[in-house]
Amino acid sequence: MNDSQPSHNSANEVDEHRRNFIGASAALAGLTVAPGVVVYGLAHAKPDSEPVTDKVRWGMLVDATKCAEGCTDCVSACHTENAVQSGALETDPHWIRKVELKDMRTGRSQSLPVLCQHCEEPPCVDVCPTGASFKRVDGIVLVDRHICIGCRYCVMACPYKARSFIHETLTEQNPDVPRGKGCVESCTMCVHRVDRGQQPACVEACSKAGHNAIIFGDLNDPNSDIAKRVAGHPTSQLRADLALNPGVRYEGL
Amino acid sequence: MFRLSNRMWKWAVGILAVLLLSVGAYAASSAADKASRTAKPEIVIDRSKSGDKCVEETTFMRKNHMKLLMHQRDDTMHKGIRTEKHSLQNCISCHASTKNNSVLGSNENFCQGCHTYAAVSLDCWECHASKPKQAQPGIAPAVAATVPAPAAKVGADTK
Repeated sequence: MNDSQPSHNSANEVDEHRRNFIGASAALAGLTVAPGVVVYGLAHAKPDSEPVTDKVRWGMLVDATKCAEGCTDCVSACHTENAVQSGALETDPHWIRKVELKDMRTGRSQSLPVLCQHCEEPPCVDVCPTGASFKRVDGIVLVDRHICIGCRYCVMACPYKARSFIHETLTEQNPDVPRGKGCVESCTMCVHRVDRGQQPACVEACSKAGHNAIIFGDLNDPNSDIAKRVAGHPTSQLRADLALNPGVRYEGL
Repeated sequence: MFRLSNRMWKWAVGILAVLLLSVGAYAASSAADKASRTAKPEIVIDRSKSGDKCVEETTFMRKNHMKLLMHQRDDTMHKGIRTEKHSLQNCISCHASTKNNSVLGSNENFCQGCHTYAAVSLDCWECHASKPKQAQPGIAPAVAATVPAPAAKVGADTK
């Protein structure tokens, strides 16, 4: 016991130092948290050289009450941004589509965009045999086309019909959005824009059209618009029964 | 005194003959090679865009560009790291031909020319755009940030 006493004391001293240090660094961290929020907010992109972090969970909130029937601005903006030629053939890829819902009893109709829901537990990732389907730590679900073998298991697994397969040879791709024949693809939440601190093309187009039906942001940041809306309003997930916890949520369904 | 035996003489003459023959054969074959081999690609790069230097030494790039690209590809895809230096877009922004604004098209074009010469297939362009990105307002050209080009050329930009 006696032997251990001095070392215990010195351990206390060390603890004190550590406490002081931790206290000081916590204060520093407190200072940096506020700018940190800005860093990962929409105003400023993360530095190019830094990897994305799991502190952020990107998400979208679609307000179905504001989504105008017949308006396809989000769809065309998406397809322009990502150079997707869609609509000519049934097998053409689609990244986002407008769905019209009608209650046959009451006659109430609704319109909303459906896209990759960027699930927390994505079934497409579960079934992918090569690891091409993956979820980035910030919650964006992507296909690594370098590894995709085009088996289309993920197309079958996705309950939202969000994935499509490229059947034709493509040209004139957007340099930021490489796409090619033989791979599966889906909405990337405009990851190339998000990494630069911009909003996804559909969100931008919707607000440009004056509807503001889609908002985009960090679900993990309590100060973000989207987190406040989700906390303060009743919102729902598509197929919540599947417990996939999608990053895309709907209001007014 | 050292004297060569008969047998050793024969060996020495034999070796000398083989040496002479092989030198002659090599000379003949290399002359024939020059006439029949595929000509090395002549690639023109617009130095006013690229400056005098690649992002790494030319000899290093010749041997290792694929490793850099592969490394960057995984970092960008999975971690969202989008540094310009070793990105494919940065390659294209300098190496696209002045004629058709692309790294593909003919054997005069940067990527296609060398890969045809080396008979190595090019899979990048099944998906990636072979033309540089359209200049966007507010986004500086990729080269200025990474390559210190000669002062005479980009002096106005860097100061």
